[in-house]
Amino acid sequence: MSFGRRLREPSREAQLFARRIVIAALGMVVLIALLLSRLVYLQLVHHDHFTTLAQENRLKVLPIAPTRGLIYSSDGVLLADNRASFSLEVVPEKAGDLSAALAQLQAYVSVGPELLARLKSELRQRRRFDSIAVKDNLTAQEVAVFSANRHSFPGFGIAGRLARYYPLGAQTVSAVGYVGRISEEELKRIDISNYSGTMHIGKEGVERFYEAQLHGEVGYQQVEVNAQGRILRVVESQAPVPGRNLYLSIDTRLQDAALKTLNGLTGAIVAIEPATGSVLAFVSNPAFDPNDFVNGISAALYKTLRDAPERPMFNRALLGLYPPGSTIKPVMAAGALEYGLRERGTPTWCPGWLQLPGVTHKYRCWQKSGHGTVDLLRSIAESCDVYYYSLARDMGIDRMHNLLSEFGMGRTTGIDLPGELAGLVPSREWKRRARKLPWFPGETLINGIGQGFMLTTPLQLAQVAAILANRGRVLEPHLVREFENPQNGRRSAFTPVERPAVSITKPEAWVAVVEGMHEVVQGARGTARATALGATYQYAGKTGTAQLFTIAQDKRIKVQDITQRLRDHALFISFAPLERPELALGIIVENGESGSHTAAPIARTLFDVYFATRRPSDAPG
Amino acid sequence: MLRVNSRQLWGRLHIDPSLVGGVLMLCAIGLVVLFSAADQSTDIVLKQGARMGLGLGLMFAVAQVSPARLARWAPGLYLIGTGLLVVTALIGTGRGAHRWLEFGFLRFQPSEIMKLATPLTVAWFLRDKLLPPRLPVIGTVLLLVALPAALIAEQPDLGTAVLVAAAGLFVLFFAGISWRIIGLAVVVGVLSAPIAWYSLHGYQRQRILTMLDPAADPLGAGYHIIQASIAVGSGGWSGKGWLNGTQSHLEFLPEHATDFIFAVYCEEFGLLGVLVLLSAYLLVLVRGVKIALGAQDPFGRLMAASLTFTLFTYVFVNMGMVLGQLPVVGVPLPLISYGGTSLVTLLTSLGILMSIQTHRRFLADF
Repeated sequence: MSFGRRLREPSREAQLFARRIVIAALGMVVLIALLLSRLVYLQLVHHDHFTTLAQENRLKVLPIAPTRGLIYSSDGVLLADNRASFSLEVVPEKAGDLSAALAQLQAYVSVGPELLARLKSELRQRRRFDSIAVKDNLTAQEVAVFSANRHSFPGFGIAGRLARYYPLGAQTVSAVGYVGRISEEELKRIDISNYSGTMHIGKEGVERFYEAQLHGEVGYQQVEVNAQGRILRVVESQAPVPGRNLYLSIDTRLQDAALKTLNGLTGAIVAIEPATGSVLAFVSNPAFDPNDFVNGISAALYKTLRDAPERPMFNRALLGLYPPGSTIKPVMAAGALEYGLRERGTPTWCPGWLQLPGVTHKYRCWQKSGHGTVDLLRSIAESCDVYYYSLARDMGIDRMHNLLSEFGMGRTTGIDLPGELAGLVPSREWKRRARKLPWFPGETLINGIGQGFMLTTPLQLAQVAAILANRGRVLEPHLVREFENPQNGRRSAFTPVERPAVSITKPEAWVAVVEGMHEVVQGARGTARATALGATYQYAGKTGTAQLFTIAQDKRIKVQDITQRLRDHALFISFAPLERPELALGIIVENGESGSHTAAPIARTLFDVYFATRRPSDAPG
Repeated sequence: MLRVNSRQLWGRLHIDPSLVGGVLMLCAIGLVVLFSAADQSTDIVLKQGARMGLGLGLMFAVAQVSPARLARWAPGLYLIGTGLLVVTALIGTGRGAHRWLEFGFLRFQPSEIMKLATPLTVAWFLRDKLLPPRLPVIGTVLLLVALPAALIAEQPDLGTAVLVAAAGLFVLFFAGISWRIIGLAVVVGVLSAPIAWYSLHGYQRQRILTMLDPAADPLGAGYHIIQASIAVGSGGWSGKGWLNGTQSHLEFLPEHATDFIFAVYCEEFGLLGVLVLLSAYLLVLVRGVKIALGAQDPFGRLMAASLTFTLFTYVFVNMGMVLGQLPVVGVPLPLISYGGTSLVTLLTSLGILMSIQTHRRFLADF
């Protein structure tokens, strides 16, 4: 059989074969060991790691946004609501021929070309079984018409969401603020996981200051998904914790009245309940409708608001800086008595001007002919500048700085609103630092009548009025009175924060100052003498007129409308009743010319509104 | 007495009980895993069961044929198979590759025939040659192996080509080819590796690169390997339990009923289950080795050894692929993966083993 030269040797061949089998079997053992070592590595050594990866594959966590807390006024009016907003959505994989369906849809819900373009780009990015919004903010009619014809649009549906709505719109925006879509910068400072289901965040006002309380805590649903991301079942879920409801101290009647008194004017009004620090009205006029901002304002509307000369988006009550003018005179007077610089009856001669020794410049009184002999009460009632030039000279800038600071000027009041400005009470140290100049004696005089470097906000003016009304007690103003847990209705009150009282310790000082302020509105020669006529309550006030030279923002406006824009700002601080005061006011009317003519009557109107439904604490019998 | 009788009975029926026992065990495991891997589809399990029945029938049938007759059929089978490969190259079907031939109701891959025809033919050719084989013989064998392997590689189906070539070359190895020649072949292989690299298709190169670094493209080329590793690793020591594998049931694991069914098995039954599975394979493999050692003529010996180690090669290549140790090639896990063609081929080859064992002239004890 064999053609080889050697003879076949079966036993030798069998031996050779057996050796090869052994070698191959050894190879097999080595390879099996290789497989086993890999199995041990994967299944034993790194088991935990791969278990985690498998879980991450399988489970997805979907956020459930908490319901934002509601905001009410003290008289129970809803100021910030969550309203259902409806959008038309489509699940592409269920819709069949989408373009045909969209064409047919136009008969019921009009979908404009820009919406179609947006939809087209979303279709490319999203998965076919995800719901995509076709149109947001459907009208009630669109919802009804579509719902009636729903059966002819498989895959389409209406989805409801909650959107913020401010029923009073512009009336409360200065205090309540508004929410808007979360911006890039906000994403950096918030807890992203808590906001994973939330689209909006407080941008201004109470909405922003109490964001943490209003927002609540996100809930979640842990779902099992397959490789395509389709949800198969809910494994676990935790309900979100809704945000707290806020009850503000804002009184909508007073707020509304305040806004109306400023109708056609530019200005701000802040009303504070002195005993508690509760802010009852917080108005900046003109204002804007916050509802325009909730879902992104249109560029055109934003431009209109931004470029309007009255600057409606500028919250004057909180951020407007004005020289306080004569409104600081009661404070100066109180200091004079406390420091023993003047007695109540100490006369000062007002010839219409005051000169410092060795200086030719005359510091003039607003009353060019002079007030003659002026005591402390008259100095307040008639707002004699010379009295306060002389007092300021005697008091000196250092004591003035301390005194005015104690009354809250030049420092933030601590109100529960974001971005409050401190204003400015000058001092030697400030001038050295800011202006790199020494303090000049003449500047003490000018600042003694609230001019010069001094700047205050309308909120600070109201706070000065409240401190005077409190005879020196200082309570931080606040807008929130109560928090409510919406789940169990339990309410917790906001505890007012009290600051150290001002260091006016002599009771007769308060008596004299309040009498002087009463004279302003009641006295025969008071600067606002006509305004208290016929009032069923007694009140105190102080007018002020701020000369226009500080507000840089107004520069451009002045050029446009010089005659009106150059008029002085009118200021008024006031409280009522005289004993146990219930309402303190800070009022500024820009370009209102004089406090007595424009601002003081506003205070009277507001007191009337306020006491129309309440018995003033000083009412007889 | 009974013992001898039963052995004689099995011998007369040309059935090797140990081998059949191991095969049935593997088939049972296969159907159990498949039920889970195929998302509890009884249809698929029944279909696979039917194929197993067909394959087992074919295995028993082939066992009735004597090795001598099988050897005589070998050249004809080889010629038919090679011819069909040429036809497939011309008119074959398949996604991106010409692998399938369709004859009305019948649809099959001619390369499957060559998995058996190649080693059969080589063993037939070597049956009367002086062993260890000398160079002209070796040259002829290499040609016999290279022709079908090249045709299959052209389809392109590199995995099957390598396995067909391996089946033929195993015969040469067991025929006692000199180590010097093997060493030379290794050297030539290493030196020509760069040339081979450039002759690979882009996707084939990609698969090798992916095996080396699956994380480079986790959602693309590396996806299979990463997801398979997660499935295997998360199975741990005792597995997640039957029907509880999340990787396969949630469709993260691709090809989980076919080429990657081992990952499903590892995920659900853990390392413990793998040891059971490997034991079942070893039962068959050890039996195959015994049959090879007990074979009385060169053809039976070479054929039995080649078939046994080819079976192991399939197991190793599939598991190595699932475990990320080998590139992704389309090699099913023998008797476990869903699919008919390779199952039938494999059971047929085990029928040949039984034929070799039960057609010995003396049914002596050993």
